[in-house]
Amino acid sequence: MSAPLQGLILAGGLSARMQRDKAALTYLGKSQLDRVFELASRHLSKVFISVRAEQTAEPARAAKPQIVDSVAGGGPIVGIRSAFAQHPETAWLVLACDLPFLTDSALAHLLAARDPLRIATAYRSTHDGLPEPLCAIWEPAAAQALAAHQAAGRTCPRKFLINSNTKLVEPLEPRALDNINTPEEYIEAGRALDAAPGPHTMQLKIQYYALLREQAGRSEETWETTAATPAAVYAELNARYRFTLAREQLRVAVNSEFSDWTRALHTGDALVFIPPVAGG
Amino acid sequence: MRFRFAATAIDTNLGRQALQDPAAGGYASFEGWVRDHNEGLAVRRLEYEAFEALGLKEGERILDEAAARFPIAKALCIHRIGALAVGELAVWVGVSAVHRGEAFDACRYIIDEVKHRLPIWKKEYYENGDSGWVNCERCATAPRHTHDHDHVA
Repeated sequence: MSAPLQGLILAGGLSARMQRDKAALTYLGKSQLDRVFELASRHLSKVFISVRAEQTAEPARAAKPQIVDSVAGGGPIVGIRSAFAQHPETAWLVLACDLPFLTDSALAHLLAARDPLRIATAYRSTHDGLPEPLCAIWEPAAAQALAAHQAAGRTCPRKFLINSNTKLVEPLEPRALDNINTPEEYIEAGRALDAAPGPHTMQLKIQYYALLREQAGRSEETWETTAATPAAVYAELNARYRFTLAREQLRVAVNSEFSDWTRALHTGDALVFIPPVAGG
Repeated sequence: MRFRFAATAIDTNLGRQALQDPAAGGYASFEGWVRDHNEGLAVRRLEYEAFEALGLKEGERILDEAAARFPIAKALCIHRIGALAVGELAVWVGVSAVHRGEAFDACRYIIDEVKHRLPIWKKEYYENGDSGWVNCERCATAPRHTHDHDHVA
């Protein structure tokens, strides 16, 4: 039995290199805090923002469910530990609020890959191969070890995940976890998002057969998504329907022909996920 | 169309006639039947469900491959879909060729490939009231597996 999962958006950082509140940076006309909060809320029924005590009444933060730092120290570990202190039986999807390129499909892929028996499930960084602690699922078992980590004078959540039995997930979208720390990176990210055709929503036709049809409770549906590949679409559908078949057991067909999992999809494409066959 | 799905009983006589060829010295066929047991469970009936649009293409490809590998005259395959009772014909393969060896070899190739590649699924209904998708349920946590449950024949 895995622990219930809630969202924790880290919005208490000092944004020292940015020299202004990262949560208030806007992309496509919406603050980054609102963007990531809404994103997480599309996948999880309960999402909190992690704040410092002096931030609780700030207009951008006051209206959202908060977890106020209750642990001494600095850095993101304080927010994560405070969440465990308040909800010890809960696992947390921890998200930084400086991930402007994070998408629904990237989040769904991580959620589908969750292994509740590990300390954490985290993306492997495309830059250095190490775990990304601030777009990761932290299981309740991490709480005590995190306290010990901090008591030993260590504040880096990444080092903690490197030294734990973290499940590492390969990202399907290389840029999804790019974070921004400096004013220059902010300007560049804003340009990239403005130039992109928005979060490009496609309508896909999904047809289900056999076991997947029964588990989805339907033979077909139209699926609106920004997921760019069959692999990312399966991750989204798996997060919704909790299929018992892992992607590794399936093949996929696009427009009635076998396809590979990383092909670029276009609106109107018809997808069929093919369970292990049993002819004859 | 040399490969097709059939929603009603397969007429093997029609298939056999369609394979006749003045140059052929013989004909080999394979019939897969619904067996009353599988993996230790008593089977009462089963249902086949196919992704027909892709299945037709893949079936034709398998027959093309057989014709390229073996010097045969003609080859046909018909796979049932829908509800089947124990003893019913589930799949039929027929091959005519100049000599018997190629007919047997091509027939074997076609049924083996059909079992592994055709996008068709089989749900078994058991005496004990359970049911299950063959290759999908009891092995659901295993990685993609290649062992053959060999339900018919």
